[in-house]
Amino acid sequence: MFPPLPNPSVQPVPPKFGEHDLIRRSASNVTAPAQRQTEVAKLIDVSKCIGCKACQSACLEWNDLREEVGVNHGIYDNPLDLTPASLTVMRFTEWVNPETQSLEWLIRKDGCMHCEDPGCLKACPAPGAIVQYSNGIVDFVHENCIGCGYCVKGCPFNIPRISKVDNKAYKCTLCVDRVAVGQGPACQKACPTQAIVFGTKDDMKKWADARIKDLKSRGFANAGLYDPPGVSGTHVMYVLHHADKPEIYAGLPKDPRISPIVQLWKGATKYAGLAAIAVFAGLGFLHHVVKGPNRVSREDERSAKDLTEGKAS
Amino acid sequence: MSAPEAAPSDHVHPGDPVTVDRYTAGARINHWITATCLVLLALSGLALFHPSMYFLTGLFGGGQWTRAIHPWIGVVLFFSFCGLFLRFFRLNFWTRSDTVWMKGFREVLADREEEHEELVEIGKYNAGQKVVFWAMSLLIVVLISSGLVIWDQYFAQYSTLEQKQVAILVHSLAAVTIICVWIVHVYAAIWVRGTIRGMTRGSVTGGWAWRHHRKWLRDLVSGKPKDPNASATPAE
Repeated sequence: MFPPLPNPSVQPVPPKFGEHDLIRRSASNVTAPAQRQTEVAKLIDVSKCIGCKACQSACLEWNDLREEVGVNHGIYDNPLDLTPASLTVMRFTEWVNPETQSLEWLIRKDGCMHCEDPGCLKACPAPGAIVQYSNGIVDFVHENCIGCGYCVKGCPFNIPRISKVDNKAYKCTLCVDRVAVGQGPACQKACPTQAIVFGTKDDMKKWADARIKDLKSRGFANAGLYDPPGVSGTHVMYVLHHADKPEIYAGLPKDPRISPIVQLWKGATKYAGLAAIAVFAGLGFLHHVVKGPNRVSREDERSAKDLTEGKAS
Repeated sequence: MSAPEAAPSDHVHPGDPVTVDRYTAGARINHWITATCLVLLALSGLALFHPSMYFLTGLFGGGQWTRAIHPWIGVVLFFSFCGLFLRFFRLNFWTRSDTVWMKGFREVLADREEEHEELVEIGKYNAGQKVVFWAMSLLIVVLISSGLVIWDQYFAQYSTLEQKQVAILVHSLAAVTIICVWIVHVYAAIWVRGTIRGMTRGSVTGGWAWRHHRKWLRDLVSGKPKDPNASATPAE
């Protein structure tokens, strides 16, 4: 058993990180702090998940969110997708293992992966609407959010959702407010099987190693850790029994990375675009400086007059 | 016979100086609505395009307002431009003389039109103006269609994420291009003095018409049939 985080002190504690610990801030330049905080991570062990949805409930409760009462779609997924209120959902997949012909029930807790290289933050045009703390947490700052939905297009995992109520983007915060005072995320706290554990990223990797060894000893030869290098690793990681094919877990991308189209849009286009506009404006200005105005001469007016009076060529 | 080179509402008024009606009040109002929209779209679009321009959101009441209002201005521009398109497209078809004019474009820029004009006399629009017209038309179609794909507030569910990513890239590239075309359009109007009054007062001087659009002026003076839609008898 992973040693559970101790219950917090009831005395108020100052937050362990804040504004001065930002390593990235959307549409702005920040000077990264000299000292990076220890990276944290949430480890979701899919092989241990029983699909109870305690994490979903805990998430709604801690974040004081209310999901609309929905309808049963005939499957366990409820709601069917992430929403501005449901920052995490359990995705259930019934998968027949072609090697054993046995049915495997794959249950993956979906939500923000807190990428080390966050596509949402790269795409965001509003200064300070998305921030990344040096411990790896990526958070949305709603007062700066303009609801454009660029983060949705930048995210390799299709996580952020725009609220129809206040037109702002929502996603898992990794319970930044709890982590700041030394607690683990609400979902982790609520998980009855320790399928979700939380700690430093190094500890989580170590813990995952032990879990993977155990899974391999039980015949899951391809068990492994999902910490995709395409986004420089994530601060939410999965232990998968079939790490060679993450897609079977309700479409978990095999090699997620910020789309090259988004890179082009937020990279070359941004700079070349402004440069092109500046060049056109500059050429116009230069042309006018060198050539001066193109004025109608008195002869032109006379020719026109002659023409109208039927005198001219 | 050659294509008509003047609109039915174009008239020459003899005098000193001669004046020529170029744009009706309707066309001018239509133009300035479109122009206002284009400027507002450029400002609000640039605000979201590059962080250094984000301060422009202040003109629209902040980021949320900028995000909300930009697509609506786009809709107004689209319909307004449709009006301009219907008014102007007939006189903007490409002709052989436009190709000749384009070949001598360097002379035009060098303000040696005197020599150039003898080579080819120009109708109501020269090749440069036609290029601007068709570029604007094409780009506005690209911008409104890609814009609808990324108008998440109402149309998010009709496209996939990949389609939205492509749409937003296309939208920004087309936007940069149309701003460049717009700079050419505005600069040409400023450089060629006497042009802007055509869009403000509606008329230009005869000398301006003689210098820059001589065929247009000649046709108007000679009373040659104008736009086919306006002519009661067929051209041939």
